[in-house]
Amino acid sequence: MVAFTLNGKSTNVDAEPDTPLLWVVREHLKMTGTKFGCGAGLCGACTIHLDGEPVRSCQTTVGDVSGKSVTTIEALSPNGTHPLQVAWVAEQVPQCGYCQSGQIMQAASLLAKNKNPSREEIIEHMNGNICRCGTYTRIIRAIQRAAREA
Amino acid sequence: MTHHEKKAQKTELAALKTNGDVVETTLAEAVNPTVGRRGFMAGAAGLTFAVSAAGFMTARSADVLAASGKGNTLNAYVTINPDDTVTIQSPAAEMGQGIMTAIPMIIAEELDADWDKVNVVQAPAAPTYGNPKLGGGVITVASRAVDGYWDSVRMAGAQARRVLIDAAAAQWSVPASELSTEPNEVVHKASGKSMSYGDIAKTATVPAELPKLTEADLKKPADFRIVGKSVPRVDVPAKTRGEFTYGMDAEIDGMVYASLLRTPIEGGSPDTVDDAAAKAVKGVVGVFKLKDAVAVVGSTIESTQKGKDALKVTWKPGPAAGFNSVNALPEYAARAENLSEAGLPALTEGDAKGTIAGSDKVYKATYTADYTYHGQMEPMNITAMVDADGKGADVWVGTQAAGLMAFVGSLILQTKPPKIRVHQLGLGGGFGRRIYPDMVAYPLILSKITKKPVKVIFSREDDIGAGKLRPMTAHHLEASVKDGKIDAWHHRLVGESIIGFTGPPQRLKASKGVDPLTMEGHETLYTIPNKATEYLREQRDTALAAWRAIGSGYNKFVIEAFMDEIAHAEGVDPIEFRLRMMDDHRSRRVIEATAKMADWGRTREGTALGFSYAIIWGTRTAGIVEVSVDKATGAVKAHNFWSAVDPGIVVNPDTIAAQTESNVIYGLGQALKERITYDNGAIEQTNYHDYTVMRMEDAPEIHTHVMASDNRPTGIGEIALPLVGGAVSNAIFAATGARVRSMPFTPDRVKEAMKA
Ligand code: FES
Ligand code: FES
Repeated sequence: MVAFTLNGKSTNVDAEPDTPLLWVVREHLKMTGTKFGCGAGLCGACTIHLDGEPVRSCQTTVGDVSGKSVTTIEALSPNGTHPLQVAWVAEQVPQCGYCQSGQIMQAASLLAKNKNPSREEIIEHMNGNICRCGTYTRIIRAIQRAAREA
Repeated sequence: MTHHEKKAQKTELAALKTNGDVVETTLAEAVNPTVGRRGFMAGAAGLTFAVSAAGFMTARSADVLAASGKGNTLNAYVTINPDDTVTIQSPAAEMGQGIMTAIPMIIAEELDADWDKVNVVQAPAAPTYGNPKLGGGVITVASRAVDGYWDSVRMAGAQARRVLIDAAAAQWSVPASELSTEPNEVVHKASGKSMSYGDIAKTATVPAELPKLTEADLKKPADFRIVGKSVPRVDVPAKTRGEFTYGMDAEIDGMVYASLLRTPIEGGSPDTVDDAAAKAVKGVVGVFKLKDAVAVVGSTIESTQKGKDALKVTWKPGPAAGFNSVNALPEYAARAENLSEAGLPALTEGDAKGTIAGSDKVYKATYTADYTYHGQMEPMNITAMVDADGKGADVWVGTQAAGLMAFVGSLILQTKPPKIRVHQLGLGGGFGRRIYPDMVAYPLILSKITKKPVKVIFSREDDIGAGKLRPMTAHHLEASVKDGKIDAWHHRLVGESIIGFTGPPQRLKASKGVDPLTMEGHETLYTIPNKATEYLREQRDTALAAWRAIGSGYNKFVIEAFMDEIAHAEGVDPIEFRLRMMDDHRSRRVIEATAKMADWGRTREGTALGFSYAIIWGTRTAGIVEVSVDKATGAVKAHNFWSAVDPGIVVNPDTIAAQTESNVIYGLGQALKERITYDNGAIEQTNYHDYTVMRMEDAPEIHTHVMASDNRPTGIGEIALPLVGGAVSNAIFAATGARVRSMPFTPDRVKEAMKA
């Protein structure tokens, strides 16, 4: 049994402490917005926030988050109203969409610290998130738009 | 497990043909359209997607049509609901290309619906919704959806509109000819009366025989209200909230998980299996030896992964054993250059060989392209539950070919295709990988044994190891020039046959051994009087498939790089040189527009431009890339990419821009980075650290100019990709004077070329 806070609710989960947080969130707790892409910290599809910091949930064990607070895409905002989500729709960013939860969670942690990131800062912060559909230029535009409109 | 259970399980296993053979030997029939047509149940909707134009989407098992009250279903595509909303069925697989918006737009256009009132649902995998241009198959491939469905869905929309008009005419006792429509309403101009579609549908009865319409009853493009506008895609909002449901997200009550340890060598199979440690892992419920893998089944995904890591397996090597692709590449190239071995003719116009032999101005070059892997973000996965009688199953999966999957599934369970109920979920990338139905065998066999729903998830390492690749190829080209134009063109391609792996064999026979997929894109629209293209097949027993743009990725690269080499040797501007041999008006238009966008004539400081032109699936495109080359490291960076595209009638312009962007990035990956190699028959790469793809820092600015024409719409999902290899090779030459002829143009290869 591991206890932590998921999206504001205290949660107990019956999983071995070495279980990747990714599987606990997705398969045990059915929050499937967080995606599995590589399982090796190489793609960012599984990005969530741990006490407000972006982490790769495939590289974090559930034991690591005991007593901590985890936020997934499902709780980034009520009804998808985070400025990034609004900007993502305005710029029509997603294609297959599979990487986008991770992209948005990664981008949200940038804007939380830097209200007006430069293009270079955006690229540096986002470079670990792969989009095989190649939506990179739209992601940059959407982050800039969110920064502008937030 | 008791002894009795074990015995029963053994018998079951013996009765079932396991994965591998059964899939490959039967794919032949599976793509035969008459099989695809026969007997799916139209009502097998099961889990459906509901999306509204306003952006709600979720997977739910209820009948979504019920959500807006009892709707009046006018035909297979259109239901009008009492609240005046319109439900439209989307027949093709959405994988990011925007088809779930584009086809409903076309239907809504002819229906004259108010787009804001349209809900889109994923149609069931039933023959009613098959693609007329793909033998009626429920299959989404080759950028053929808008093109293939164009006539039939326009007609469906128009027909539904006519039913509504006729119903209104009857109610008002006026001739139907006096009625017209405005978005979502029928109007009688003479009396000023109007009625909403929703109100008409409440009482309208759908005639037993739907009205017969002709081409003349369809809208003129000038009257389009929806088609041709950048309409926000219906699947986008859910994709920003983590609510879009992919195959990976399937959740079935009582399901167990399976992880597979697959054969490292293509075609190999497990020999000895020591599963003691695996079975000792908490949560593991069974370990099963399959044809090409050992499956660990457990109550959690993590237990199956731990169990897999604890397996000790020895393998019987497959036929690919011993294959080393790095060594094979120069062999391919030597074979391409050896003119004494004739290839199979893919194209013969005039006398290319004779003209070249008699010419005093001959150019020659040899190019190669490595294996590439799809690398779609969502690793392959599938969930299935076999019926209690073992003769049917529900399958939940994101697939480009639901019909094919049902067919192959029926062979595994020795049943009929309609008994395999495929529930289409979202696709986390397709790019051709989700056509080949190799996954379906695993959960069917495992569910049959365990009597539980089984979810099979490939790790990224499995996904690469089980990759169905774009074949490695070598190309030798020769051309002769007369009066400043090419008068003969000879192209020899050496590579494996994709169909040789996927089947059906009769398709290869029908094309006299010339693989149409491997050869895809070898033709050009250049006006050259003598042309010969030949195919020389290699057999290396690797697993192959359609990879975005199929053969066009490497064929257009070698054609456009060779064009460029000749132009430079002739001292002519590369675009001017091409235009001398281009009579296709639409192609000239995109070439000239692209040159203008990029300001082609202007020389840059520290960067250089490369041009390329391609026709793919009828769509005309041209591209110019701006690159810089780090002369010390050989690293190439793309800064800008300009592309004009003429896809005929434009359905959703922003989607075309998005697909251009996507294809430029995907194309730059194969041009600069992506490379699969084999050693001893096994793929050497394992994850994104050694199969490197484009990242944000690598992405250029991409500028798209969509040039509508009044031609029938053609595909847009694979545009721009064929342009990239040639454009980049040409730009590297412009920047350095060095010609790279082996794709990908990795830094070591670029450095090597600069030394030469
Ligand atoms: S799945 Fe965690 S980084 Fe790729
Ligand atoms: S949208 Fe498909 S991987 Fe990013």
